Amino acid sequence: MSRWFKHLDFAAMALVAPSLLAVMVFVYGFIVWTMRVSFSQWKGLIPDYTWVGLKNYLELFSDPRFHVDIRNTVIFTVVFVGGSLVLGLLLAILLDQNLPGEDFFRNLFIFPMAISFIVTGVVWRWLMNPATGSRISGLNQLFDLLGLDFLINRWHTTPIWGIAAIALAAIWQMSGYTMALYLAGLRAISEELREAARVDGASEFQIYRYVVLPMLAPVTLSAVIILGHISLKVFDLIIAVAGKQLPLDVPAIYMWQITFDGYFFGRGAAIAILLLLVVSLLVIPYIRYTLTHKAEI
Amino acid sequence: MSPKRRRRSWFQARYLLYLPLLLMTVFYLIPMYVMLVTGFKAFAEVSLKTMWVLPRGIHIDNYVEAYHKLAPHLWNSLNMVVPAAIISSFIGSINGFILARWPFRGANVIFPLLLFGMFIPYQSILIPLVEFMRDIGLYGTLAGLILTHVIYGIPITTLMFHTYYTGVPKELVEAARMDGANVWKTYLYILLPISIPSFVVVLIWQFTAIWNDFLFAVVLTSPEHWPITVALNNMAGSQVIAWNVQMAGSLITALPTLLVYIFLGRYFLRGLLTGALKG
Repeated sequence: MSRWFKHLDFAAMALVAPSLLAVMVFVYGFIVWTMRVSFSQWKGLIPDYTWVGLKNYLELFSDPRFHVDIRNTVIFTVVFVGGSLVLGLLLAILLDQNLPGEDFFRNLFIFPMAISFIVTGVVWRWLMNPATGSRISGLNQLFDLLGLDFLINRWHTTPIWGIAAIALAAIWQMSGYTMALYLAGLRAISEELREAARVDGASEFQIYRYVVLPMLAPVTLSAVIILGHISLKVFDLIIAVAGKQLPLDVPAIYMWQITFDGYFFGRGAAIAILLLLVVSLLVIPYIRYTLTHKAEI
Repeated sequence: MSPKRRRRSWFQARYLLYLPLLLMTVFYLIPMYVMLVTGFKAFAEVSLKTMWVLPRGIHIDNYVEAYHKLAPHLWNSLNMVVPAAIISSFIGSINGFILARWPFRGANVIFPLLLFGMFIPYQSILIPLVEFMRDIGLYGTLAGLILTHVIYGIPITTLMFHTYYTGVPKELVEAARMDGANVWKTYLYILLPISIPSFVVVLIWQFTAIWNDFLFAVVLTSPEHWPITVALNNMAGSQVIAWNVQMAGSLITALPTLLVYIFLGRYFLRGLLTGALKG
């Protein structure tokens, strides 16, 4: 550390202080406030901070709707994170071959990132029209026209697995981002390393399997955490595709609905705190790791 | 992106690689195709049955109708996103500079504390936020939404500028200090003039993120102040508005951020890689 570090610089502190204060109040203070609400019986328009302990949490754990939420979150996370990683890696490897037109493809694969989840949701809502028979439309109709009838399905109206269809739309939006992360990772691997493996007689497949992929592990870790915490928070995409439907419910929607439509603030706060806990378990070790290793977040 | 390495591809029949790439191109373009094609069809032509058929002639009726419905909200979004993006970028720039190049005791504790704020599910601060906005009389207004985006934008903008200023030589800042410049002057005369590219990156990032926000907007604004994302969602949920108008509305909603991406895409990409941690 430079010698400046030991110096107490009040002017510098004063410049950062408003931001720090804002974050302390609006992030940490509000989280504590939400925790307090989650331990209260507040239900209705008038705030009621009467202490009820863990009652709201215990009720959630025995609430069938919350069970659906957990199941949906797990399915969504596995499909979305898994799909984005596989697709992103494949696209990155393809684009790393120095093909003419690489920039065009790269820009094309990333552009959905610039669009709102609401727009994505509204368009996919019509693409994933579940009607069959004479009213067939959307992707199902396209499959029908192409003779790919076996692909015709009920999309988000499929029982239990419907949420996976929403994950497909999320993959459309976010796989380009995963690709960009992997592509940056691939470009950081020196050509000498691959050349050395080639001299040792490794096949191209072996080079990817034993040299390139292990070196991409940190990228995969970052991607899993970033995509994972997005999928835990998924909200607007589902709302735009299907509105507030019980079979496609997730914690973020339940929280929103029970709090602002149902005025059950105690339960809404409990859902929010549980969500925060799971996200923190994922994110805090990640922040610590990246800051101590001086890596770029 | 790093410079392209000139190396011979290991793949003998390289053109075969275009096959999966073109297949994926179709996957990424299908939603755009439907949005555009449907938007340009005449009302009479529009049927779910002919979703994939090209329009007979170019009609803009759908766009006119969607624009009439969304115009006030389009302006709400613009009036909100421009000040919010500019203010939060400036705040991030000052924080990033000080935390990266003018550290003081405790700065290394402050940085992770700020960073955590961009990962939290906003549900965990939503109830107090609504109460707070009610108390200060900004609930339902655009000003309240701007304030919210500025505050919750602090972590991401600080991170992005921190990354950028870490790449600025220490000597530059220390020379200014030797000459007796204080922190504000150093920022204003040394750092700010060389920060234009990173301002573009952060501004674009914030513009896109705030334009696309739905959660804060739907909770904090009243219908007349809805930004366009909330208005579009409301339009899509309505049974009376035809799906062709919804498609046109989707394009209108996506257009500002798409244009930014098309014309300033490389800055968007840089933002994506320096601090794209938020969903």
